[in-house]
This record gives sequence, C-alpha cells and structure tokens, in this order.
Amino acid sequence: MTEQLVAPSRLSPARRAVRTVLRSRELAIVIVLLLLVAGTTVRTDAFLFSENSWRDLLLTPSILMLLAVGEAVVIITRNVDLSVGSVLALTAYLTGRLFIAQPGLPVVAVFVAGLLAGGALGLVNGLLVSLGRVPALVITLGTLYVYRGVVLTWAGSDRVNASDLPDGFLALGTKTLASIPVLTMIAVVVLAAVGYHLHTARGGRELYAIGSDPDAALLFGLPVRRRVLGAFVLSGALAGMAGVFYAARYGTISSGAGLGLELQAVAAAVIGGVAIFGGSGTVWGAALGAVLLVTINRALPILGISEFWQQAVVGVLILGAIVLDRVLAARTARRLADAREA
Amino acid sequence: MARTYPAHARPLWQRVLLTREMAVVAVLAGVVVYSVARVPNFTGPLTLPYLLLDTAPILLVALPMTLVVATGEIDLSVASVVGLSSVTVGVLVDAGWPVPAAALAALGVGAVCGALNGYLVAYVGLPSLAVTIGTLALFRGIAVGLLGTRAVTDFPDRWTELATARIGQTQLPLVVVPIVVLVAVFAVLLHLTPFGRGIYDIGLSTDAAHFSGVAVARTKLVLFVLTAAVAAFAGVFFTLRYGTARGDNATGLELQVVAAVLLGGVSIFGGRGALHGVVAGVLLIGVLSSALRLENVTVNVINIIIGALLVASVLSTSVLGWLVRRRQHSPLAPAQPQPGREER
Repeated sequence: MTEQLVAPSRLSPARRAVRTVLRSRELAIVIVLLLLVAGTTVRTDAFLFSENSWRDLLLTPSILMLLAVGEAVVIITRNVDLSVGSVLALTAYLTGRLFIAQPGLPVVAVFVAGLLAGGALGLVNGLLVSLGRVPALVITLGTLYVYRGVVLTWAGSDRVNASDLPDGFLALGTKTLASIPVLTMIAVVVLAAVGYHLHTARGGRELYAIGSDPDAALLFGLPVRRRVLGAFVLSGALAGMAGVFYAARYGTISSGAGLGLELQAVAAAVIGGVAIFGGSGTVWGAALGAVLLVTINRALPILGISEFWQQAVVGVLILGAIVLDRVLAARTARRLADAREA
Repeated sequence: MARTYPAHARPLWQRVLLTREMAVVAVLAGVVVYSVARVPNFTGPLTLPYLLLDTAPILLVALPMTLVVATGEIDLSVASVVGLSSVTVGVLVDAGWPVPAAALAALGVGAVCGALNGYLVAYVGLPSLAVTIGTLALFRGIAVGLLGTRAVTDFPDRWTELATARIGQTQLPLVVVPIVVLVAVFAVLLHLTPFGRGIYDIGLSTDAAHFSGVAVARTKLVLFVLTAAVAAFAGVFFTLRYGTARGDNATGLELQVVAAVLLGGVSIFGGRGALHGVVAGVLLIGVLSSALRLENVTVNVINIIIGALLVASVLSTSVLGWLVRRRQHSPLAPAQPQPGREER
C-alpha cells in the first residue's frame, strides 16, 4: 500500500522547472557573472573575443571548481575540509615526480594516481573525523599542516619544471576541443556527475539529511559515518585531481603550490549558496562561485580597478552572498509562517 | 526554598590537576626540561628573547580568540587585521604622524574591523566562520590595496628599538609586559566575572544563555571588538619589530592562532577551555619549534609535528571520553546521563 503524503504540485513539470530555475540562487550568480563578463568585454573586447582570453576564461577556474565541488559536498554534511590546498600541493608534486621517474607514463595513469593519492589523504581526514568523533575543522587544520609539511620535506627548495614534464601532458593543460579546453570539460563532467548524484541518489540526499541534523540522521538510522567518510574521500580525490590539473596547467610545481587555496574553496562554496552549517546548497552553486571568484580576479584590472583591490572586492562579495542568504531564508520563514496561519 | 547541589564526585586536587589544560602545561614543562637539559644552545642568551618575540603576535591574538571560541564562534580575520593595522601605522608615519598617534589610529581601525565582524555575527545572526572568511579577504584587500607591493620602512629607530628592547638586564623582551597585562585582564574577564560565565553559557547553549539573562549579542560584539583591537596591537608590534609595514604582513597567522587555541584545550563548539591552557599551547608550539630548530630539524618537519600534535590532542580527548563512557555503561558503575554532544 502506498500512501500519498504530499499533494502533487498543480503546476506542469515544465513550468515547475522554470520556476525553480528563476528562483534559484545559481541564476543570481550566473547573472552577476554575465554582467561582469559583458562589462569587461565592453571595456576591452579582447577579454572575451581573443582566442587565448576565451580559453583562459574557461580554463583558469577549472582547478578551483574541482576544489569547490569537493568542499561543497563536505560542507553540506556540516563538516569542513581545510586541507585541500595542501592535498593539491602534494598531488601536484607527486605528478611531477612520477613523470621524472617514468617519462613515458601514460597521462591517464597519472590522473588515476592523482585521484588515488588525493582520495587516500581524504580517507585519512575522513577516518579521523568520523571514527574519532572530533570536529573536522580541527582535524583538517591539523592535516593542513601535516600534508604541507610532508610536501615541503619531500620537495624542499626543489621544484618541478616544465622541462621535466612530457610535452603531451603539458599540451593537455592548454588543449582545446571545439574551442573548449579539455581540462574544463573534465571538470564539468566531474561536476555533473557529483551534482547528479547529490540531486538524485539516495546516498547524495542523505548527505543533506546528515548536514541538516546529524543527531536526527543517526537516530533515523542513516549511515552517518560512512557518508561523512565518503564526502571526505571525494573531497580529497577531487583535490588530488586538481593537483594533476595544476601540474598540467602551470608546468612548474614548487612546495608552495595551492597555499591558502582552502579558504578560497570555502569562499567559493559560500558565495555559491552552500550554507556553512550544512544541509543546504548545491555543487552547481559552488562551482559557479569558483568561476565568479576567478573571473573577478581577471576582470578587475581591465575594469580599471588596481589588482591590489581584488581581494577587497572578493570580501565584499562573500559578505554580500551570506547576507543575501540570510534575507532569503528570513523571507522563506515568513512565507511558511504565513501559510501556517492561513 | 533552599536548593541543594550534589557534592563534587571527585576531590579538588583531581579536578584541578586532571584536566585537559594541565595536560598541555605538563607537556610544555616536559619539553622545556628536556630542551634545557639536552638541546645545545637552548639556554643560550638569544633563544628565549627570540622565542618570545616570535610567538608574541600569536600569543597576543590567541588571548581574546580563546574567549571568542569559548562562545562557539571563530574569528578568521585576525591576520588580516594585523596586516591592516600594520599598513595603517606605515601610511600614517609616512604622512608625518608620530608613531604613538599612528599606533592609536591603528587600534581604532582594529576596533572598527571588530565591530563590523561583531555586528554581522551578533546582530544580523550570520555564521562567524563565513563572515570572517569574508572579512579576512576584505581587510587584507584594503591593506594590500592601500600599499600595493610598497613597504614603509622609515620608522624612527627609537620605536623599532623599543619593540625588541629587553627589560633591564634580563633576557625578557619588553613586549612581555603588555602580554602579561593582557593575560591577567583576559584571565580575570573569563574566569572571575559574570561576563566570563556568560561566555561559557553562550558556548554551551545560546538559547539557554539568552533565557537566563546573558546579553548574548552584546557579549559577542564586545569579544569581536576586543579580538580585533588586540590583533591591531599585535600589528603595531609586528610592524615595529621588523621595521616594515606591508600589506601582506602576518599572512596565514589566523590558522596558527586557531591551532594554538585548540591545542590549548578550548572546544571548537564552545563552552569549555581555559586561558592557562591556551598560553601553554602557544608556548608549547613556540618552545618546540625553537628547540627543534636548534636540533637542526627543518621548519617542514616542525609543521608536521605541530599538525600531528593538534590532531593527537583532540583525538586523545575523544578517546578518553569514550573510555569514560564505557566505564560508566559497564554493569559495575551506575548509569549516568550523558550530555549530548553535537557531531560535526
């Protein structure tokens, strides 16, 4: 026997989809992004229309996008992963060392190595957090230092140069198919897979339930530990992939790679509407937040604002995004209260 | 009606000595004793002054941060306030202001920064982690925006020498004086006043604190203003100590401060922690780094050790709690209600 608990919407699926999109937080970011790109292009049409700029516009955000997607998944479970910058540095350097040791290594193998290494580092975070029952902020702050220390010890003042990397791998960093960079395509495919999983799969929906109320999720019988562990492994694996991207894109890898990137990843998620206390937000939003962050950094000098002021603008943007969240949440709460009164 | 309270289950000495904070103090004492006995040059004339000068900014900022974290909030913008304060001093001295006036102005700038954080967290009700990541970028952006890659270095010698001066004939740098004063002020504030009890109440349960008459919003606002003001003071010290005002001064200090506070036994969820633990935590990191450097251990390995120490310290609390729970649930011991702990 099936029981209908919620009345089906009276709107047609198509109109419902349109309404969802129009009311979504992601649309707001897309509009800001379009305005930014349009404004900058009016100023200097090379920003969009020269071949290199168009490529960079798509390519540059792909690294931060991967980090932001992983970070968003972790934040949705009411945790945080501060170690992603250090994981990126470790896997980027690992990529370089692998090529130095085995110059003929197929590129796919390096990607797999990056994913596995990152996933293993994420697994350490996840095990400490979920089995040790200790706050993720403390654990990942600790592993931020540990992982960074490992790469510093390993690399020392040594750096991997572009000449150490095979041409095929470096070409991948800038290669385009139908004017879309390959790395961006990979990042978007990853984003789509994670987003689809979170939106439709049981495991993905459970992450939201865990983030909304961890105690309730546990009492309800959800596999909280396993899901949180999974979120950290995913975040680590994506940071590992971002490390391979980093190596392919920049060619030179020193032990300082990705320094401070963890806060940018959290910032991208926050701008994208992922609530820091878990339970809400989408990876689409986080990815768009990452694109917006990176694009602003590129656009401001062209808009005549000294590059030194970029961070201040980014700060205002983050504050604006969380204030907007607050206003929207208050409005929703009022509407629900009104509906109950009526 | 007279209320009766249950007597403490453990004797006084156990409650004082068997705490998380005393464990940090004990480890610190162990490291100091070992270093004095075994590490060459640790007792040399330069080790202690440099150790104190290097850890002074972290120690200063960690004091008010302890109170903020004890309410269950966090302030990640402190390093940016240090940078902004440094730039303020630099720009004003460059414009011909005397150093004390510029320093006062920097403290004012710090207080304004703290007021913005505090207003957004306490009165608008936004999560402090998100707010202070935003203001981290904002304040740093203003600092870097004002000076760019320029650095102001022409400070009067009188003032830069003051920052590294010693007290009389001792090895102690002069900066120890404001540190000791601030330790005393914050210790009294946290442990001996109704304001301090309110801080723990807020950390344990904001709603309960509110209904029992604690001015939750005002307390948080005051704490954020205090934190940023002390961070600004640390910025003035930082500037004079190195004789350079730069926009990127003290980048990354926020994570060092948070690590020290957490190592000192303050719960990230709020409601527990003590100032002596934090002072011991900061000094532990400082002494350990200094001793390991003298043993020719590289900074990188020191980073690994500090990170592992942080993880181990929280894990040990968690494991101990698990052991205690297991003992309480065993058939030999009477069952006791456990306060619910939020999982994060």
